[in-house]
Amino acid sequence: MSQIPFLAIVLTPLVILALATLLTWVERRLLGLWQDRHGPNRVGPGGLFQAVADGIKILFKQDWIPPFADKAIFVLAPTIGMMTVLLSFGAIPFTAWSGIVGTLNVGLLFILGMMGLGVYAVVLAGWASNSKYALLGGMRAAAQMISYEVFMGLSLLGVVMIAGSFNLHDIVMAQTHCWFILPQCLGFLVFLLAGIAETHRLPFDLPEGENELGAGFHTEYSGMKFGMFFIAEYAGIILISSLVTTLYLGGWQGPLLPAALWFLLKTTSVVIFFILLRAALPRPRYDQLMALGWKILLPLSLLNVTATGTVLMLRAAG
Amino acid sequence: MLNTVRTLFLTFLHAFQRRATVQYPEEHPYLPPRYRGRIILSRDPDGMERCVACNLCAVACPVDCISLQKTEENGRWYPEFFRINFSRCIFCGFCEEACPTYAIQLTPDFEMSEYARPNLVYEKEDLLISGTGKYPDYSFYHVAGVTIPGKDRGEAKRERPPVDLHTLLP
Amino acid sequence: MNTLALFSGAVTLLGAIMVITRQVAVHAVLYLVVTLLGLATVFALLGAPFAAALEVIIYAGAIMVLFVFVIMMLNLGQSDREREKEWLRPRIWLGPALLSILLCAELIYSVSSSPQQEGPLAPLSARDVGLSLFGPYVLMVELVSFLLLAGLITAFHIGRHRTEGR
Repeated sequence: MSQIPFLAIVLTPLVILALATLLTWVERRLLGLWQDRHGPNRVGPGGLFQAVADGIKILFKQDWIPPFADKAIFVLAPTIGMMTVLLSFGAIPFTAWSGIVGTLNVGLLFILGMMGLGVYAVVLAGWASNSKYALLGGMRAAAQMISYEVFMGLSLLGVVMIAGSFNLHDIVMAQTHCWFILPQCLGFLVFLLAGIAETHRLPFDLPEGENELGAGFHTEYSGMKFGMFFIAEYAGIILISSLVTTLYLGGWQGPLLPAALWFLLKTTSVVIFFILLRAALPRPRYDQLMALGWKILLPLSLLNVTATGTVLMLRAAG
Repeated sequence: MLNTVRTLFLTFLHAFQRRATVQYPEEHPYLPPRYRGRIILSRDPDGMERCVACNLCAVACPVDCISLQKTEENGRWYPEFFRINFSRCIFCGFCEEACPTYAIQLTPDFEMSEYARPNLVYEKEDLLISGTGKYPDYSFYHVAGVTIPGKDRGEAKRERPPVDLHTLLP
Repeated sequence: MNTLALFSGAVTLLGAIMVITRQVAVHAVLYLVVTLLGLATVFALLGAPFAAALEVIIYAGAIMVLFVFVIMMLNLGQSDREREKEWLRPRIWLGPALLSILLCAELIYSVSSSPQQEGPLAPLSARDVGLSLFGPYVLMVELVSFLLLAGLITAFHIGRHRTEGR
């Protein structure tokens, strides 16, 4: 226990939460930038405190539990969403010092497991709300997230095969000479798409689908419970981005600048790419989403696994 | 796939384009003179009220936000009170079109927010301006056949003197 | 370590009992998830983190979500709760419970009487699992893959869209 600094355990979730809150503002500014608008620029320098203002607003909103809801699960759902995302950050090596439990030899599987549990937040929210739109959103979420978890896991196989380890620290160390985005470009593509679907971000935000489902699974949520879903979604974006950085972009490694700064830089650019996707692309139909997953991404990721295995075997033989 | 990448790139390029948003309180947008904003009541070139309390604006108003009462003084008709409830007004401009005397006019001013709703009810004093608005030379009583002090019958513009019924001359 | 393992074992047991006694299906499924998570913790503490991770990913993360998914589609109501209550009478569960207690006592006796394995267990890595799966147990893996293939084909056959007048 002593080798895990107490400070890190306390600070990491707080920093992640602060960053996720900040990200709401960053996203709105960037969306504005790409839509020829300004975005929120009034509160504080450049609108920086808009996130704080929103936080205060959402804290003081009425926290209403609908009388027809299953109260215990209704309260539990946003907690699950928040907790699984925050727990996942424990295994991510932000620097060479390797995170809170960076030495976990199944770190990657741990994060995948936490993402798998994160599905419950959405599905249970949809069920506990006991309303039609929320239920539809929850059912969409269940099917979408379980499907894309498959492709996510399969796309990661290539990385694990090359690095020879589930330990994220080892995976980063294996990228000292060549980032995995080059040999694993197929896997990278699949992982990126699966990551978007897994965080149910636009353009794959079918569980929410404002214009067809109201707000999907969180239709009945208000106040800080909605805020928790909201912040968890943004923390999820940071999680996926830092995973992409760790697995495909060489993690904290880079010349000149300190390790943490490199990690931050790479993660930020992936986050910005996520926001660009939201600004540019329309939402596909639900069957299109499923077809993309099972008919394109699944064969692609299997192909990736086969190709990687063949190359590794040939290299080992020759 | 290629289309998607192209979309992403084009959207990214929008970062370098001119903003469509006007930063309102600091910079004001250009509003044309015929913009339909705050309603005013204008005056004659002589400085008298143009409104003759004909009630046509109140009839034309689709949301019934205008209310007025006629009174008479020296042959001229005036509104005793003239009240516009701007919390109901939709700035459609029908009142301006209906007005036979160009009295009621819409201006390019829209900054009329209030904290209390009753403050949006404008009385005649609030509505009357000292100028003539969009029609500087128009004066209803100078073109109409109504007699007022200082203008007898037949003295209006483009009005012939009244026919004398008691003479047989052509 | 021992206390932690016993604690998570207790959580698992408690969760399992709650699964049986809940009347709302989703609550039962949630307790089942807790049970599986407790089981995963036990695995991890026994030095098999790979098995623990798979337990979380596959059972807790995927299969139970499918359970919830199906329950959501079934639209269970008050009548189903009444029926569950009906089924939870002592007359019905007493017999199986007694038999299970007998089995449990037998298990505890056999475990406590067998020689204790001392010393820390070596952590089982993913590599070991892979080697044993494709080494001594390769026949089982192939059989399971056959079973899965059969299931896949059946699901495809049932779920296929049939056109009229064929």
